[in-house]
Amino acid sequence: MSDAVLVSTKVNGDVVEFACPTDEVLMDSLRDRAGMNGVKEGCGTGDCGACSVTLDGQLVCSCLVLGVEANGREIGTVEGLTEDGKLHPLQEKFIEHAALQCGICTPGFLVAAKALLDNNANPTETEIRYALAGNLCRCTGYDKIVRAVQATAKDLRKSKKR
Amino acid sequence: MRYESPATTKEAVALLAKEKGAAFILAGGTDLLVRMKMGLAEPDLVVDIKRIPDMNTIKTTQTGFRIGAGVSGAQLTAHKAINKAWPGVVEATHLIGSDQIQGRCTMAGNLCNASPAADSVPAMIAAGAKAIVVGKGKRRTVPVEKIVTGPGKTSLKKGEVVEAITLPKPAKRTGDAYLRFTPRTEMDIAVVGVGISMTLERGVVKKARVCLGAVAPTAVLVPAAARALVGSKLDDAALNKLVAACAKACNPIDDKRGTAAYRTRVAGVLAKRAAKIAYKRAGGAA
Ligand SMILES: Cc1cc2nc3c(=O)[nH]c(=O)nc-3n(C[C@H](O)[C@H](O)[C@H](O)COP(=O)(O)OP(=O)(O)OC[C@H]3O[C@@H](n4cnc5c(N)ncnc54)[C@H](O)[C@@H]3O)c2cc1C
Ligand code: FES
Ligand code: FES
Repeated sequence: MSDAVLVSTKVNGDVVEFACPTDEVLMDSLRDRAGMNGVKEGCGTGDCGACSVTLDGQLVCSCLVLGVEANGREIGTVEGLTEDGKLHPLQEKFIEHAALQCGICTPGFLVAAKALLDNNANPTETEIRYALAGNLCRCTGYDKIVRAVQATAKDLRKSKKR
Repeated sequence: MRYESPATTKEAVALLAKEKGAAFILAGGTDLLVRMKMGLAEPDLVVDIKRIPDMNTIKTTQTGFRIGAGVSGAQLTAHKAINKAWPGVVEATHLIGSDQIQGRCTMAGNLCNASPAADSVPAMIAAGAKAIVVGKGKRRTVPVEKIVTGPGKTSLKKGEVVEAITLPKPAKRTGDAYLRFTPRTEMDIAVVGVGISMTLERGVVKKARVCLGAVAPTAVLVPAAARALVGSKLDDAALNKLVAACAKACNPIDDKRGTAAYRTRVAGVLAKRAAKIAYKRAGGAA
């Protein structure tokens, strides 16, 4: 039996409160208590990146964060990428470039790719591959994912210039 | 399991000292949470140090840098002055895991987890880093090479916490480097790691420190390897002596990542390469 603590956090800008067992990882809190099922579990040990979220703007594996650590902090999940039901440019490009098959890795890739583009508007292919090295995909062979991220970066740069 | 996130080192130490059951410090959690998931660690108390302001900052001091024990790899990588002073230490820490892991992992956690293959440790030792250890009512400064005593074992006493890692201000014409060998360039565990720092005078190595990782139960500082470099301009004779000294210091295991013979061989190759990088960074002509 584990103690539970009241956790008050912000998920994609909305205040969320829940009683959290102290040994529960944030990945499970987000899925089971905050309804963010876009957070996926691949390995549970930091290797696959399917559970990627941002914690106070920093990209992390939510399987390696305790739910209680989120108290007073802000979390971003893949659900926060869409605005008023409109897909994020990265999501559009993933579809266009067929950068997914089964899709379990996709939310993690999207969150990690967004974190990259937020810091680097014009990443090289090598930079993209390094930035996404913590995300595993067993279906696509990665190439289409890299192309989708490059295409998004290009579009975002164009729309910023305008 | 109880979870506490104290606001001061003193409170953290008091919590740890008082606990009768299994107490663990939580820094980035990238080792601890994996061990909990695997059932290898079953804490009764977890003390999260990331809300202690003193442990979350990097300070430039008169003698060098003080890196709080909660500072993540990403924070370290973003620090311009440390990149300039000790690029090898930054590189080594940056090698830990993915961007996701970098957002959380700490040098102090890498050290206290006491894996023989921890990447930041040989680089810290080569740079002459020290750990500020705080226990109940006392504080001591310990060279990093004195912290780990064996795989998974440290010299820290019950209730003791590493509050910060310090790096000295590098002497003029000092350079450092860290190289590791892994089959995959990212997200892999070192088969061998080598950290080297050196200080030059008119192109001649005056001082050096060479530390090997993943080739013995702990990272090993190799004075004979440093002596091989001192007095030289990194000519072939000195580099060959360096290789021989490194090979002699290796006491590796055979495992799925590499045989003992292979590790011993690679240690010399990497030491040579790292020495050349450190020499160039120290301002020596390549
Ligand atoms: C996917 C993945 C990839 C990884 N890749 C690498 C790699 O390439 N190279 C590498 O070296 N490591 C790697 N690691 C291991 C790990 O990320 C590092 O060892 C990391 O630096 C640990 O730091 P942390 O802050 O997360 O430690 P934590 O998990 O918080 O702590 C580790 C241990 O040290 C103790 N501890 C932590 N801080 C202190 C302190 N201040 N005082 C006393 N004790 C303390 C904890 O109680 C715990 O036992 C990887 C891990 C994962 C999950
Ligand atoms: S589930 Fe978190 S990294 Fe795989
Ligand atoms: S689309 Fe199936 S794992 Fe990536």
